Amino acid sequence: MKIVAALFGVVIATLLTVAMLFTAGWVHPPILSTQAGFRGLALNQLTTPAAKAKLELANALPAAIEEGPPDGPKASEVYQNVQVLKDLSAVQFNTLMAAITTWVAPDQGCNYCHNPDNLADDGKYTKKVARRMIQMVQHVNTDYKAHVANTGVVCWTCHRGNPIPKYTWTNGEGYPQATGGFATTNRGMGHPSWANGSTALLQDPYGPLDSQASVVNVRVQPTRALPLNSNGPSYQDAENTYSLMIAMSKGLGVNCTFCHNSRAFWSWEESLPQRVTAWHGMQMARDLNVSYLDPLKDLLPAERLGKLGDAPKANCMTCHQGANKPLLGVSLAKDWPALGGTAAK
Amino acid sequence: MSAYENIFSPVEVWPEKPEEGVLGDIVEREKGTIFVYLLGLIGNAQIGPIYLGTLGVVSLVFGFMAFEIIGLNMLASVHWNPIQFVRQLPWLALEPPKPEYGIGIAPLAEGGWWQLAGLFLTLSVLTWWARIYRRARALGLGTHVAWAFASAIFLFLSIGFIQPLLMGHFSESVPFGIFPHLDWTAAFSIRYGNLYYNPFHMLSIAFLYGSAVLFAMHGATILAVGRYGGEREVEQMIDRGTAAERAQLFWRWTMGFNATMESIHRWGWWFAVLVTFTGAIGILLSGTVVDNWYIWGIQHGLVPTYPHAVPPVVDPLVTGAGQ
Repeated sequence: MKIVAALFGVVIATLLTVAMLFTAGWVHPPILSTQAGFRGLALNQLTTPAAKAKLELANALPAAIEEGPPDGPKASEVYQNVQVLKDLSAVQFNTLMAAITTWVAPDQGCNYCHNPDNLADDGKYTKKVARRMIQMVQHVNTDYKAHVANTGVVCWTCHRGNPIPKYTWTNGEGYPQATGGFATTNRGMGHPSWANGSTALLQDPYGPLDSQASVVNVRVQPTRALPLNSNGPSYQDAENTYSLMIAMSKGLGVNCTFCHNSRAFWSWEESLPQRVTAWHGMQMARDLNVSYLDPLKDLLPAERLGKLGDAPKANCMTCHQGANKPLLGVSLAKDWPALGGTAAK
Repeated sequence: MSAYENIFSPVEVWPEKPEEGVLGDIVEREKGTIFVYLLGLIGNAQIGPIYLGTLGVVSLVFGFMAFEIIGLNMLASVHWNPIQFVRQLPWLALEPPKPEYGIGIAPLAEGGWWQLAGLFLTLSVLTWWARIYRRARALGLGTHVAWAFASAIFLFLSIGFIQPLLMGHFSESVPFGIFPHLDWTAAFSIRYGNLYYNPFHMLSIAFLYGSAVLFAMHGATILAVGRYGGEREVEQMIDRGTAAERAQLFWRWTMGFNATMESIHRWGWWFAVLVTFTGAIGILLSGTVVDNWYIWGIQHGLVPTYPHAVPPVVDPLVTGAGQ
């Protein structure tokens, strides 16, 4: 009997071990480590050859398209209803249109946005959205150099050949909350989601990236040792910031210590320079969501909107797609001064 | 001699009639005892008699009420879908109220259920404590188990009730749920500037690991001298036999000092009790007396400094570099 019991224990242990080996989340060595700070502080980024190869595949570049020369008649003189790209030459304008088709609607072609009988017609909502998106790209490349530097962005950065970028977010995407009755609501917590890194924190952590506040401020840690009063940020605010930070790190394919020294998250002095870039990125995401993306809800058909009627919005993952520099740092914008890109020197 | 190298007891006591324990009229014993061979492999084969009593019944009823409130709210959060309940169980939560409700009563859907579950769970734990105390007294025992349990209850109440009360917000408290309460642990540490720099957290960890080490050392020692009758620890406290002599000489040989057959149990008890006691003090000081343990640590020479591998950066909000 003891033998049977012992064997039974061994069988159970073996089954559990095998089951564990085949559950998700394992990576096999070698683990590649890059050190970014002083030794002993765990300021390391970890990856594997397999993950690297996958990332490179996901960041393949589109067919190269050259911007036409700026000489010749202006687009606004040749075409009707040119509202944003007025100062381009007609040739420049045409090459940009071709590029946008490759970047955003390669399968659908020009007619995804244009009425083939009258290219100047604003009848399709996609054309009006595209116009706004061109303005947004120009805004990013011109006004957010603190985040995109001279690398800049083009349509491809987010779209990658999809009319709607693969990674967007809308409100209320998580597991539907119990409504009505008097059962607990849990304020959107208590279910696994990609965004919260499979914790039980907020399923929709992106609220601060869509707020009317002028600055995204998610700081919850006091910067003095002793308390002033008991009305500081609550531990629940800490949870919300925590879930936003998890979503950020997943979007960028990095861990906390890409920006922070984890022993003192709030401390700028102990942080790495990437944190400043990321901070500007959060401001940028909020600005784009509030000024450009959410207002699209008036243009988009109902099936494009989220459960709560808001337009698809951007977060870190939308552009970064798991790479700490989108497209692994390759600049497409440098070839497109028309989109506000900074030409290569 | 492989007898003491196996998880199973080599000798299983299987008396002809159930052991009654203490004779005489100091304890009323219920009828109903059974013997289970498999349990006898790892412990005593005899199950019962169980003494439930009024306190036991009250405790179980309150405990069941708390369990039901938590479980049914979790089930409601997956729209009463039993499959989703099983799949999402580790994530499911019963969250405390928002800070706005302070220490007042919240509506059921917004933390009221959490308050009720907490109240019933506390009543259940406290009546169970009283039961432990009274059963020990009824048997003429010391109340060591009850006070050790009290230390654990002190930590439980410090986290869930006393610290939130001192802060004026039940929102500070722990959600019910498997991952939710772990997320609370991480977020609490972040909110108070890194709990690793809280000296009472340090003490609690030291006692926790120390308890494990002491338990391993003690268990190993007694098993190792089992062939000399070392498991008769209590006799050997006052009437040292060769087992005790050998065990103690072993530790003097290897580390120069030894606990005695008696003192090792005091060490174990105090280490275990101090895990939760120091932990509770650490929680009670967080937010009330110290808001950021890391900065407190800097001010008290706890925090080592490291050279900057890259030039230090400056808060963009302060430099006004923001848009």
